[in-house]
Amino acid sequence: MNPLNARIPEGPLADKWTNYKASCKLVNPANKRKLDIIVVGTGLAGASAAAALGEVGYNVKVFCYQDSPRRAHSIAAQGGINADKNYQNDGDSVHRLFFDTIKGGDYRAREANVHRLAEVSNNIIDQCVAQGVPFARDYGGALDNRSFGGAQVSRTFYARGQTGQQLLLGAYGALSRQVANGSVKLYNRRDMLEVVLVDGKARGIIVRNLVTGEIEKHFGHAVVLATGGYGNVYFLSTNAMGSNVTPCWRAYKKGAMFANPCFTQIHPTCIPVHGDFQSKLTLMSESLRNDGRIWVPKKVEDAERLRKKEISPNDIQEEDRDYYLERRYPAFGNLVPRDVASRAAKERCDANNGVSHSGLAVYLDFKDAIKRFGIDTIKARYGNLFQMYQKIVDEDPYQVPMMIYPAVHYTMGGTWVDYNLMTTIPGLFAIGECNFSDHGANRLGASALMQGLADGYFVLPYTLGSYLADEIHSPRMTTEEAPFKEAAGEIDAMLNKMINVKGSQSVDNLHKKLGKIMWDYCGMGRSEKSLTKGLELIKPLKDEFWNDIKVPGGLNEYNPEVEKAGRLIDFIELGELLMKDALNRKESCGGHFREEMQTEEGEAKRDDDNFRYVATWEHQNGEHILHKEELVFENVELKQRNYK
Amino acid sequence: MAKHGLITSSIGKKLIVGTAGLFLMMFLLVHLSINLLLLRNDGGEWFNAASHFMGSNIIVKIFEVVLFGVFFIHIIYTLLLTFKNWASRPVKYFMTNKSQTSFFSKYMFHTGVIIFVFLVFHFWHFFFIKLGFVSPPQGIDSENFYAMASILFNNPVYSIVYIIFFVFLGFHLNHSLQSAFQTLGFNHNLYTPFIKSVSMFCAVFISVGFSVIPVFYLITDK
Amino acid sequence: MDFTLKIWRQLDAGSKGKFETYQVTNVSPDSSFFEMLDTLNQQIIDQGEMPVSFDHDCREGICGTCSLFVNGRPHGPDTGITTCQLHMRRFKDGETIVIEPWRAKAFPIVRDLVVDRSAFDKIIQAGGYISVNTGCSPDANAIPIPKRAADLSMDAAACIGCGACVASCKNASAMLFVGAKVAHLGLLPQGKAEASRRVQQMVAEMDSLGFGNCTNMYACEAECPKEINVSTIALMNRGFFMAKIFCEKEEL
Repeated sequence: MNPLNARIPEGPLADKWTNYKASCKLVNPANKRKLDIIVVGTGLAGASAAAALGEVGYNVKVFCYQDSPRRAHSIAAQGGINADKNYQNDGDSVHRLFFDTIKGGDYRAREANVHRLAEVSNNIIDQCVAQGVPFARDYGGALDNRSFGGAQVSRTFYARGQTGQQLLLGAYGALSRQVANGSVKLYNRRDMLEVVLVDGKARGIIVRNLVTGEIEKHFGHAVVLATGGYGNVYFLSTNAMGSNVTPCWRAYKKGAMFANPCFTQIHPTCIPVHGDFQSKLTLMSESLRNDGRIWVPKKVEDAERLRKKEISPNDIQEEDRDYYLERRYPAFGNLVPRDVASRAAKERCDANNGVSHSGLAVYLDFKDAIKRFGIDTIKARYGNLFQMYQKIVDEDPYQVPMMIYPAVHYTMGGTWVDYNLMTTIPGLFAIGECNFSDHGANRLGASALMQGLADGYFVLPYTLGSYLADEIHSPRMTTEEAPFKEAAGEIDAMLNKMINVKGSQSVDNLHKKLGKIMWDYCGMGRSEKSLTKGLELIKPLKDEFWNDIKVPGGLNEYNPEVEKAGRLIDFIELGELLMKDALNRKESCGGHFREEMQTEEGEAKRDDDNFRYVATWEHQNGEHILHKEELVFENVELKQRNYK
Repeated sequence: MAKHGLITSSIGKKLIVGTAGLFLMMFLLVHLSINLLLLRNDGGEWFNAASHFMGSNIIVKIFEVVLFGVFFIHIIYTLLLTFKNWASRPVKYFMTNKSQTSFFSKYMFHTGVIIFVFLVFHFWHFFFIKLGFVSPPQGIDSENFYAMASILFNNPVYSIVYIIFFVFLGFHLNHSLQSAFQTLGFNHNLYTPFIKSVSMFCAVFISVGFSVIPVFYLITDK
Repeated sequence: MDFTLKIWRQLDAGSKGKFETYQVTNVSPDSSFFEMLDTLNQQIIDQGEMPVSFDHDCREGICGTCSLFVNGRPHGPDTGITTCQLHMRRFKDGETIVIEPWRAKAFPIVRDLVVDRSAFDKIIQAGGYISVNTGCSPDANAIPIPKRAADLSMDAAACIGCGACVASCKNASAMLFVGAKVAHLGLLPQGKAEASRRVQQMVAEMDSLGFGNCTNMYACEAECPKEINVSTIALMNRGFFMAKIFCEKEEL
């Protein structure tokens, strides 16, 4: 029997959410005060959920590993947030946003979830404006919009290049208000290490206090994970250094199934890797592709000379430049979706036409845009990005074309959730990037912020209430009861084992090794051969960790090496599952490109007959068991994406 | 929350120091205009008349009390703020801060202390004589401030110290006027550059204005 | 490139700390300051000792976690950037680099170069928000907001809460941080309703946490990685005493 029940409400697509809200169970205010909710993570999803739940009267405990909730990595989102306000009168609507998102995700997302997302998108903008988010405006005082990849309307709201920051600060303000109010209690510098189950339901978490090293036990009638994506499994990514999969992974091992792990998004415009000491990749906003033209030299000799710095890119004549995106995709040109642009860059670099000293970079050239609009206009549009590039690379992008290369950015896969955003463990919810639900196999630009806030402000308060309505008779537990003590004991034992390995490899070194295997064998292009090889290479890493890891210092102190080691072992295990999932999915779709499955022109080829499902993995005695949630499309017609 | 009124708050105290400072600056201008009468070649007739007026007029006398009050407040509140500031960084940096800031702004407290020390001497030489705390130099009437000033300014050491003091006062004033406006909440992209210029001008005007007198005495050997 | 590093080491808030000297060699001029420290930490781990703790997270200059006082300047010898955006090419080969934590009474040391900045969270909790519940907001375009107001508000809202203003101020004053939030919300029509309450509460909280007082030296503006203007402090001052003098008394 299939254990997966998506619990999608009956009725026409457009009425599902309305009907759900009208008929779902509620908790009365007096009872809300008796219910405790744990929220892990304070990014857009976590902060907004904690604030919204605190506002309606629940007791909320919110946890983050950073020193302040305001530092969650949502803050780094640059471009903007989508909403179908149709302020530009260009024909936007709920259905169109829904359709673009489904299509952009290469038809691997659940219709009902995506439609709900499109429905609440407008409320988000209203809410954020009321909170004081300083979105860009035009001279009349109305909100401005910009266009983004994958859509034919301008529906992206933005606050300079810092939209994520501003939205997060809005949510952080709302959260702070509830903290002052007493309805939310804030626990910073805490790593969640385990979810506590009582009679099969999530009833609390075990965290490590990162300052003192103390293992703490916390009770909640429900637990909400809002812990972000797992891009750091590749070591180098645009994620924050601390971004990790640990809460989701530990929940996975307790029974919360994991869906579509192989759906990872590689962002095409990042600053290229410059050395093996590198710790982190920096994203350059997708908006640069509006005016920049991407090219590599036509001749391999030229590329070689560029790599050796014998000539400058400005020496390459126009006829010797290959504007490969414009050549291959004349209709969309430089504005093809992220996955397509990334693969095209890799294809050129694999053909030995890449530039930079490593050969792993392509040019993003603003020469023509500067000629057309003048340097001042370009400065006004992208000044801060150009400045950032110059600080990192030490080249002036107004004079010399920028060098870019794709980098791991976002993970569409994640903890499986039903329509209520509840995982396969009752009482355990997952929201934001850490769940799998809304983006299918590829996320469109400016949709991540939309999903995080939609889940936190407007979806979870309803669906969680519906779950908690049946929990009002469950009394608060003390954390001295057996399940908590056992869970804490297990974590303590694991940490002790880890610190006592006293091997020879530092956490970072092993992480780099993992990242390299992931990138080389399960990166932008994947094949049966590469994945089999990758799996073979990744399996010994687990043993290597438990036999040879070196974690200096002790457990009862501030010790970042302990944090990193704990995260690494989960990444190693996840990496294996990710490859397994990639191997299983013998089709190309969205961010997942199987080299065996491409059209004659080298485009991704989906296999709807065999793979129109959510690959959901269950952990059983160390084995990963696959379950399939069939995706039903009643409102859109499945088509091969075409950007030519 | 603890009681947090205007004058117990950080901003309130700053406000008090700033407004008191502005008042003291007004006084300096009045003082300067009288001192400049020393330059008149009239044997001190006008200067002594003005001094007499300042020492006897009832309104001026009331203002004298106000002036001392304001001066006292300026010092007390500065001390309150400064002690709090010192306490805010119990462990100092090893490397001295190299941030780009205006040079004078860093030393407001120091220049303030120098000014205070000078004022003690100044009182000794003039104001306390008037009050009768200190007896005037031999053979000089305690009302004849012109004569007292002449004796002092004819001493080159005193004159040079006097000029140096006014350089410090200039430093203090240069930052203070614009700073007071900022504290009072006035910062405007159109007017603030103008206020900064006025601040600079006032500082130079006052310190040069006062310094002209000893220079005059040194040159003319009067 | 080779460097001599003098780094402040301190076990925890209660312990006495001291400087340790380290050598790092063969550093690429293209590496970031933190990548240089990663290299150093790898060396230290190889020797079986505790690596240097320092705060960092996004490493792209926006989360505000990083907080190093490098050679006498918060975020090092460059302007408009955070420590994570600092690159080694800004230093001379063979140079001695002194690295200290933020120093302020309100920012106690956690370990080595890591400080506790929860005082900033407390200031925000005192009123750094607009009191609006989820779901009760009017249409986003219902109130037109002049572009200039939105832009100025955005300038102030760019604050990342790193604490460089406090670290650079000779008085360890947090007024630029508070001013930025007061200005961000106070410049927008939707934030005006509770502007006087907000500024009074935030200033009261700031005063109680042990920060110093502004002496208008403007080191904060010079060192702010987001280049926030001190006019926000003037705005806060104005709002504060207008509220204290002219508003009727209310329970805050």
